[in-house]
Amino acid sequence: MTVDPKPATADIHDPHAKADKVDFSPSLGDEVKYTTCYMCACRCGIRVYMKDGKVRYIQGNKNHPINKGVLCAKGSSGIMQHYSPARLSKPLKRVGPRGSGEFEEIEWDEAMDIATKRLKKIRETDPSKLAFFTGRDQSQATTGWWSSMFGTPNYAAHGGFCSVNMAAAGLYSIGGAFWEFGEPDWGLTKYFMMFGMAEDHDSNPIKIGLGKLKKRGAKFVSVNPIRTGYSAIADEWVGIRPGTDGLFVMALMHELLKAGKIDQQYIVRYTNAPWLVIQDEGASDHGMFARDDEGDPLVWSTKDEALKPSTDITTTPALKGEYTLADGRTAVPSFQLVAERYLDEQYAPDAVAETCGLKADDIRRIAAELAHVAFEEEIELDIKWVDWAGRRQDKMIGRPVSFHAMRGISAHSNGFHTCRAIHVLQMFLGSVEVPGGFRIKAPFPKPIPPTNKPTGKVDHVKPGTHLPGMALGFPTEPADLLLKDDGSAVRIDKAYTWEHPLASHGLMHMVIHNAWKGDPYKIDTLMLFMANMSWNSSMNTSKVIEMLTDKDEDGEYKIPNIIYSDAYYSEMVPYADLILPDTTYLERFDCISLLDRPISSPHSAADAIRYPIVEPDRDVRGFQGVLLDLGARLGLPGMVNDDGSAKYPGGYPDYIANHERQPGVGLLAGWRLQDEDGDHMDCRGPANPNQLEKYLENESFWHHEFLPEHTYYKMANKGYLEWAHELGCVVTKTQIVFHMYSEILQSFKLAGEGHGEHQPPEEHRERIATYFDPLPIWYQPLEETLTDLDEYPLHALTQRPMHMYHSWGSQNAWLRQITNQNRMYIARKLGREKDIKDDDWIWITSPHGRIKAQVKLMDGVNANTVWTWNAIGKRAGAWNLDKDAPEAKKGFLLNHLISELLPARGDGYRYSNSDPVTGQAAWFDLRVKIEKCNADEVEESWPQFEPTAKPPHMVDAPDILRYGEEFKPGKKAKNAKDAKNGGSK
Amino acid sequence: MTSLPQSTNKRLGLVIDLDTCVGCHACATNCKEWNTGGHMAPLTDQNPYGKDPDGVWFNRVHSFEVDRGDGPGVTINFPRSCMHCDNAACVTVCPTGASYKRAEDGIVLVNTDKCIGCKLCSWACPYGAREFDEDEGVMKKCTLCIDRIYNETLDIEDRQPACVLTCPVGARHYGDFNDPNSNVSKLVAERAGRPLMPELGYNPTNRYLPPRARRVDAENIGAQSRLDPVSPRKGFLSWVDNALSR
Amino acid sequence: MHPAFSVIFFTTSSGAGYGLLALMGLFGAAGQLPQDRWFGLTGLFIALGLVSAGLLASMLHLGRPERAWRAMSQWRSSWLAREGVLALATYVPAGIFAIGWVFLENTSGLFALMGVLSTVMALLTVIATSMIYRSLKTIHQWNNCWTLPGYVTLSLMTGALLLSALLMVFGEQVRAVHGLVPVAIVVAWIVKYVYWRFIDTTQSLATPNSAIGVDGASVKPLDPPHSTENYLLKEMGFQVARKHATKLRLISIATLFVLPLVLSLIAYMGVGGMIALIAAVLAVMLAGLGILAERWLFFAEARHAVNLYYGAESV
Ligand SMILES: Nc1nc2c(c(=O)[nH]1)N[C@H]1C(S)=C(S)[C@@H](COP(=O)(O)OP(=O)(O)OC[C@H]3O[C@@H](n4cnc5c(=O)[nH]c(N)nc54)[C@H](O)[C@@H]3O)O[C@H]1N2
Ligand SMILES: Nc1nc2c(c(=O)[nH]1)N[C@H]1C(S)=C(S)[C@@H](COP(=O)(O)OP(=O)(O)OC[C@H]3O[C@@H](n4cnc5c(=O)[nH]c(N)nc54)[C@H](O)[C@@H]3O)O[C@H]1N2
Ligand code: SF4
Ligand code: SF4
Ligand code: SF4
Ligand code: SF4
Ligand code: SF4
Ligand SMILES: [Mo]
Repeated sequence: MTVDPKPATADIHDPHAKADKVDFSPSLGDEVKYTTCYMCACRCGIRVYMKDGKVRYIQGNKNHPINKGVLCAKGSSGIMQHYSPARLSKPLKRVGPRGSGEFEEIEWDEAMDIATKRLKKIRETDPSKLAFFTGRDQSQATTGWWSSMFGTPNYAAHGGFCSVNMAAAGLYSIGGAFWEFGEPDWGLTKYFMMFGMAEDHDSNPIKIGLGKLKKRGAKFVSVNPIRTGYSAIADEWVGIRPGTDGLFVMALMHELLKAGKIDQQYIVRYTNAPWLVIQDEGASDHGMFARDDEGDPLVWSTKDEALKPSTDITTTPALKGEYTLADGRTAVPSFQLVAERYLDEQYAPDAVAETCGLKADDIRRIAAELAHVAFEEEIELDIKWVDWAGRRQDKMIGRPVSFHAMRGISAHSNGFHTCRAIHVLQMFLGSVEVPGGFRIKAPFPKPIPPTNKPTGKVDHVKPGTHLPGMALGFPTEPADLLLKDDGSAVRIDKAYTWEHPLASHGLMHMVIHNAWKGDPYKIDTLMLFMANMSWNSSMNTSKVIEMLTDKDEDGEYKIPNIIYSDAYYSEMVPYADLILPDTTYLERFDCISLLDRPISSPHSAADAIRYPIVEPDRDVRGFQGVLLDLGARLGLPGMVNDDGSAKYPGGYPDYIANHERQPGVGLLAGWRLQDEDGDHMDCRGPANPNQLEKYLENESFWHHEFLPEHTYYKMANKGYLEWAHELGCVVTKTQIVFHMYSEILQSFKLAGEGHGEHQPPEEHRERIATYFDPLPIWYQPLEETLTDLDEYPLHALTQRPMHMYHSWGSQNAWLRQITNQNRMYIARKLGREKDIKDDDWIWITSPHGRIKAQVKLMDGVNANTVWTWNAIGKRAGAWNLDKDAPEAKKGFLLNHLISELLPARGDGYRYSNSDPVTGQAAWFDLRVKIEKCNADEVEESWPQFEPTAKPPHMVDAPDILRYGEEFKPGKKAKNAKDAKNGGSK
Repeated sequence: MTSLPQSTNKRLGLVIDLDTCVGCHACATNCKEWNTGGHMAPLTDQNPYGKDPDGVWFNRVHSFEVDRGDGPGVTINFPRSCMHCDNAACVTVCPTGASYKRAEDGIVLVNTDKCIGCKLCSWACPYGAREFDEDEGVMKKCTLCIDRIYNETLDIEDRQPACVLTCPVGARHYGDFNDPNSNVSKLVAERAGRPLMPELGYNPTNRYLPPRARRVDAENIGAQSRLDPVSPRKGFLSWVDNALSR
Repeated sequence: MHPAFSVIFFTTSSGAGYGLLALMGLFGAAGQLPQDRWFGLTGLFIALGLVSAGLLASMLHLGRPERAWRAMSQWRSSWLAREGVLALATYVPAGIFAIGWVFLENTSGLFALMGVLSTVMALLTVIATSMIYRSLKTIHQWNNCWTLPGYVTLSLMTGALLLSALLMVFGEQVRAVHGLVPVAIVVAWIVKYVYWRFIDTTQSLATPNSAIGVDGASVKPLDPPHSTENYLLKEMGFQVARKHATKLRLISIATLFVLPLVLSLIAYMGVGGMIALIAAVLAVMLAGLGILAERWLFFAEARHAVNLYYGAESV
């Protein structure tokens, strides 16, 4: 609230106020610029006040659809990131051994020459010898396209080690996903269940949403082994045992089924629950849908007493029963299989409670609460709408229960199925895309799964040739896997093989290991962008560091060439051979495209840009521009004109405005040109040379609000589907039917069972047959099944601190004051048992390694769980921090304990430590034991590494920071205390 | 003399909602960002990249675990800044007149031109709201963003403390406690807002809304505590209605 | 509270100085002390020297010592300002008193009046010093009725010890003064004993619950706002281990009270002799050590309310 904005001090006798001469209205400076925050991937709109060429203040942009004016702790500390003393300042060429940090500064021309020569040779011989992997990159529409033009299948972004389980489970079930692809209907939901989230990518929208929820008094349940942050404000904290959420959800499903609390109308209309599944054990199409000649799945219409195509809207499809198909075989509605599975007593609350570490009564109660809110507190919006089949609906019916989930689910090797279970539960309750439920953000929902398949089949990868599509995509059947004729992997990370068939984001956590091992083959160049792979984004960090420096018999590095683009002196920099220094986020163009990850909301489509609001004072270049330049030098298609000249001489902004992915579809949807009739929607049309100016005029974003009648039921909403079709998000305007039962998974299962043309080799068969279940299953996380659980009784987790972004917050003078040392948090009870007190040092040992850390006791944690803040531990010397910084001396990384490979199974084979379906890195499957350190052990974390050398010309970090001194209103430098004033060094 | 005003025209201050604060530190860093270039500039940092970083902050966020005895324990995030007390002993102890409380609006400020850095005001403040700038040798503190709330160069809706505007969950509220109809007065009335350490008699202006009782029982939301199963004799799927329209 | 040496030195040194000044003023005015200018000079030099050294030390504690002059402006509300004003003002009667004694060898008449005024001002200054602490509601260990008597009695006690020793050095015998010493020691001891009992058995009404405004059985800190120590913790978060404090109290009791008491009785009984002189000087030295320990504890054992935010269960 604003209070009467004018002070009346003058009229009030207040001698002190008079004496102080407060300047109530200091100017914030000469300019206000609007761009997009990049202190994290949430992409909030910011207003940057510039004073005398320096950043005075960064405020949330209140008009921006993402953050509506608020800013998080990181966003508010952007000034310190922008002026970080750890910024790189010029291209670097390694001169000392890898890891030594010995570099020589070189000019950009030389850097580009070096890169071009090497990459040219690769492209001309075997493009797959380039592996291009990006970390926190937000321009995957560009980086992915570039690598496909280069012709290498070896491209991925961080999704594989991040949350592909959520993306894949969602995109293979509801055409949208948790993660940043959807959100609860914050304004209407009455019961919100959050699984395994500490922060998520939607940092500010989630917080804004939770604020709304609390204000309205909706019930908020947080399922999380740890009670901090969001969980702290939940009405109910469900302190589950890690890795068991799937069972818990299935018990909820069990309860709902038993009581008949299922939204039948919803599942009949919007899911494949009524589709008939062939029951012919042993046949090659057992478990597949029965289809008509057009390929349309069949349902049994009770009204017609006949098999009917699922698209026929006049039917009354059965949800149970056994029906005879034309060929005489039987089939049952998939819902019957669903019901049979989850009604089984193994999913009864009493049966799962102990494994989950919960009380059976609580599970029963939560099921009852969900049913109550969904069905007794149904909401109706007076909004008329038309469904995909043209039927007018008077109202929008809402079931105001909503769910959201993130890495607490995804970072387990059973995460894909657990996430699918949550989606099935949502379908039971009829709460996807309905008022008060979980809503999907444009340009999703998409067809299930999205229609792009992975490319990079053997005949796709040829010297001097680009790929026919993007490297990453969504397989729908075994034939889509990327395998060489000998069955070996096409991709260096073994994505889309029988080991991880639906690895639709790749497996970034395996790249270094595989490249080092030369398995499936050796590569020449590893190009990394914005990923701290020698530290917090790798499993088994100590060994990864060795792999990066390991040499073969000839004295050559096993990974021969590493090109890296970072903006700061991270732990990864010393391990690269060529550094292409990036700008800070305030110094460059960026494009937050609808073709990439959405910043839209469920009721609007939106995209945004970043543009340079400060000119770099160093010799650095935005990496996307560098990529395009590299592409032009290499003559990559799409990056050169016919005459060989660069197609985007204006660099990245030129590309953003003028590149077209398909005719009329560019990176930005806003302010495209209209054709003569003007009958395009505004987001499709020829490139507009003034597009970026329009964005600048509109505070660097574009936002298209859907009509109210298009904002719900988007998977079956005629108006919405027409819009999405026009934009190219969906291929047909027919309904997107949710996959409660996944026929795609069944097709892989059948292959595992020995059917079809494409079958897994013997050693992977059982695994495929087991984990490709068409219905959600729960199994113990893989690592646990291969670990002595008596020896390693504890789960070990990490959480994101809200005020830090992975590794890169620690160079921030303000943020690192908040957390510069992480502790190992353990249950107070466990502490008592082991005689461990606050501040004691302990050893934490996993089957893979051990680390030393300092303890903090707490109550709000599952008794079998220990945890710490992620990525606070730093390597001495990195980030231009003092080598004795607490981050290095006392902070620690849990990653040393996590192996990228699972323990050997019977035949000695070691799978990657990933979800068997998606290849998602299973960070949270870790099991450990703890023991108190001896009194005589040094009080510092372990392992410690040699401090890395500073690269040339890196500034000295100041001992005293007086940022803002020069902005002090009216009292310039008056207070500087000359005697003590050594000046900022 | 640095006596306190008998009463102040307005009593401006904050209400902080402990029921919704997620402990994100946004208010703390945004405060730092605003104020390091504002009236009390700079908010100096010592050893910012070194072994013992330490700086001037006007707002600091703690977290606690509390066993309330009314159910499971709770985790509480707790931001702490100046309460702009009515009985601000930080002002009366000040020997120089550098510390004062504005008669206009009750805001407690330090005139850093006068401050001798005796630190006594920080001893007198129970809430730890006084921040010594070692580099400058003077005391600094939360100004309630005096250079925002009256700032005519800002849009009206921006004339609020930085911490309030930035809080992503909306756990911070700003207003005049002298006005019974202000949002802050209403919130305090509705949610039994509390002053901190009332025993010490500072009569702080800021109020904290205690966490609401956690609703873990089904009856809190009018639900049953368990669902009644469909009679198994009829078959568990007997509820499936066979005439659902497509 | 952080036991800063500058503040410990300031309070003890000026305390002893004012004690000595007060006694010299009183006994001098009463004509009980030698009129000898050298005695007057030495005594008042020591008194004002201790006072001045203390005041200078207190300036070291300031962030902006060059602005120290400002510290007197708020005498109407601030005990620190009052202390400053009184301290400065005391120099006036003390100065005139000194002129009479040193230059004129006269402590009667106007000079006697100035002597008494010096006594009053010295005591008021000590009272003002004590009130700086006494008035802080944030610190239960100071905000009680034993703080003021503690400062005053210790000031007088250390002043008396000094005066007694000084008399002996000058070979003078003033029974009233020598006799006052053990009495002052016993009184100060009693006051300090009661003070310690008080702080050992009571605590502030403020609790971790009232500090955060949440009721409940227990409040346990989870994460502090910042990982490394901040000003508040450095200044206010000082903690002395119970064991350590007990040991220091014993040392303090022994060196400040027990031994000086014994020595002062020896001195009293053997007055005029060498043993008495040695005993009196030794008593001063021991008490000097003792008062530093006592004052260190006065700060170290003080628990500021802000510690409730940093894990203290009570303050
Ligand atoms: N133990 C454990 N490990 C984990 C996780 C976990 O939960 N627990 N989470 C995993 C997950 S989900 C992820 S996504 C990864 C994240 O891990 P990373 O993707 O490695 O993320 P960051 O540590 O932020 O590193 C990104 C790099 O980008 C650099 N950078 C920052 N800004 C810029 C810029 O503007 N331009 C360029 N070119 N570079 C920049 C930084 O300096 C840093 O070196 O960590 C994974 N690791
Ligand atoms: N401030 C900040 N924001 C970020 C990031 C950051 O580094 N800092 N990183 C970004 C990135 S790359 C990502 S991927 C997202 C990740 O966002 P989140 O998914 O919120 O990430 P985590 O912090 O890994 O949180 C995982 C949560 O799951 C819980 N958990 C672990 N195992 C289980 C389990 O088995 N069951 C349940 N129910 N819960 C479990 C943990 O206690 C933790 O609270 O955040 C993004 N946003
Ligand atoms: S959540 Fe914070 S860091 Fe991330 S984009 Fe938004 S303001 Fe920036
Ligand atoms: S909170 Fe502390 S600094 Fe602020 S007015 Fe009250 S006593 Fe003074
Ligand atoms: S530190 Fe400054 S503001 Fe505080 S009491 Fe001393 S002079 Fe006053
Ligand atoms: S009111 Fe202003 S100065 Fe005070 S805590 Fe909030 S942002 Fe900081
Ligand atoms: S910004 Fe809001 S939610 Fe975050 S710590 Fe501050 S008050 Fe709490
Ligand atoms: Mo991630």
